[in-house]
Amino acid sequence: MSLLAVEDLNVWFDLGSGRELHAVQGVGFSLEPGERLGLVGESGCGKTTTVLGLLGLLPPSASVSGRVLLNDVDILAGGEETIRPHRWVDLAIVFQGAMNALNPVKTVGSQIVEVLELHEQARGRGARVRTGELLQSVGIPPDRAERFPHEFSGGMRQRAAIAMALACNPSILIADEPTTALDVMVQAQILELLDSLCSDYGLALLLVTHDLPVVAELCDRAAVMYAGEIVEHGPVDALYHDPRHPYTRLLFAATPDLYGEGMPASIPGAPPRLDRPLVGCPFHARCDRAFARCKDERPLLKELDAGRSAACHLNDVVAEVV
Amino acid sequence: MNQNGNRPLIAVEDLVVRYPVARGLGGALARRPRRFVHAVEGVSFTVKRGELLALVGESGCGKTTTAQAVLRLVEPVSGRIEFDGGDITALQSRALRPLRRRMQLIYQDPYESLDPRLSVRAAVEEPLVIHRLGGSKADRRERVRDALARVELNPPELFLDRYPHELSGGQRQRVAIAASIVLGPDLLVADEPVSMLDVSVRAGILSLLDGLREAGLGILMITHDLSTAARFADRIAVMYLGRIVEEGPAQSVVRDPQHPYTKALLSVVPRRDPRERSKREILSGEAPDAVRIPSGCRFNPRCPIAIPDCKQIDPALEPAGDHLAACIRA
Repeated sequence: MSLLAVEDLNVWFDLGSGRELHAVQGVGFSLEPGERLGLVGESGCGKTTTVLGLLGLLPPSASVSGRVLLNDVDILAGGEETIRPHRWVDLAIVFQGAMNALNPVKTVGSQIVEVLELHEQARGRGARVRTGELLQSVGIPPDRAERFPHEFSGGMRQRAAIAMALACNPSILIADEPTTALDVMVQAQILELLDSLCSDYGLALLLVTHDLPVVAELCDRAAVMYAGEIVEHGPVDALYHDPRHPYTRLLFAATPDLYGEGMPASIPGAPPRLDRPLVGCPFHARCDRAFARCKDERPLLKELDAGRSAACHLNDVVAEVV
Repeated sequence: MNQNGNRPLIAVEDLVVRYPVARGLGGALARRPRRFVHAVEGVSFTVKRGELLALVGESGCGKTTTAQAVLRLVEPVSGRIEFDGGDITALQSRALRPLRRRMQLIYQDPYESLDPRLSVRAAVEEPLVIHRLGGSKADRRERVRDALARVELNPPELFLDRYPHELSGGQRQRVAIAASIVLGPDLLVADEPVSMLDVSVRAGILSLLDGLREAGLGILMITHDLSTAARFADRIAVMYLGRIVEEGPAQSVVRDPQHPYTKALLSVVPRRDPRERSKREILSGEAPDAVRIPSGCRFNPRCPIAIPDCKQIDPALEPAGDHLAACIRA
């Protein structure tokens, strides 16, 4: 049994006049206590929709199917009624740009107190004491609770947003692009914070990002998403040194590295549209290893070795693929 | 390849830019002293033709202000800016106009820098019309087509009548670059040209800039991304609180950093290979604000190797290793 297991998650957006966009296509992954999983992909690949879907936070125009097992109980089955008791309490999220979503006219501390009282974690004096502890746990001196968001730097606001997400002692923290707008030194501080929250408190982390090096730095495993589906999943070390999907390999090759040799290479073309049925492999038009079968037959995500899977026909053809 | 030999295209000397801090009516009545954001405090560098200089640093370090001053978009307090051998520091707008054509800016966000109502053809043609260049309508069309081909939007006919919303982010940035090079500039200033784009298309835009550099343009690239600078720049200048603290050939700066700030910055850059997980040297806090500059070396309050002298001595950019660094301990 995993702490969290997402199975065959699908999200469709109704585009009106009978058209649909299949944004998330059969996504599945699991998360153990204290584990750090990266969900990586480029804009439009469905990574944010996946987490909003599993938290039941999508707008009514979206329909969601699949199972989200929290300690073996499907919280998606009963819709809002079964999700609500777990949202923030077991599964907390730091949204992209959360640091800019703090209420500017309230002190940071009072906003955390509000969360604690809303979720009946603590009240009054107890809530204020707990707020101090939460701020401390993310590296903010507790006496800063009386400050307003504009008196905080970007890094401090992001820490405050993380403190707020931790208010109900969740076992899982989902962080959507938590360092994207931050400078590299502040990014390092936040990554170190997330790292210690996982190792010190056993928090499980689902890190959603477009930034492969950030995942390589922080995560144990990663799932690479393309066109709404996971195309490869495995330990981060294996993804870099022995990728089993050409997209993974090409994405690493497109990423500049401080001490890397040669120039990064872009991937020609663009992802397919998801508002019409996909034929063949969604990556075949951009793939440097595509062959006849890729055009007609969609590859399924298949387990290759223990803990490794990929959705690519090449894995059937030869042992040494990419 | 050009008649001017090795004369720098841009030479900036001891540039100082300050912005006044609003003190409010109360402050003015109380005659509180005017305070300033010391955005750029004595910056010097050159960019040659066929060279790409990356100005790197964290937000607030003054890299964008420096670039704006080079383009004469903000007024320096002091210092000297030479463009192609001529002093342009004090040129009035009328005298600047013919120079504007020769120095072009590429913005960070291609979703905002293109007018959504202009077709690709109109967007790339507009600079020619404004500068009354390009001759007849037919000549202008030819130039637009040329510019699109140079940014690899091929065949140009396929793109001429499209609008920004019909293009991907990478294609938009290519159109923006086409609109910059259609005037045949000598200098491109690129402010975070790829940070809004997907990783898989970034390299294409950067290679395009690299090709333009190869063809003889001088490029000043502003970036916070050291990995990109390491791969695409000829030289790197690292800025901290309005100063260049280290400057030299890109590989030399990256592989043999001399300034403790550069060393710390490089140590925290995430790497692609999980086996290279860095021994990070994380500096606490964030850069102090540019209103209250620390005395002595401005980096001393965060410096892991500061000694008492660092509070007194404001170090100049001097030879260290095989490039330049501003540190008495380098």
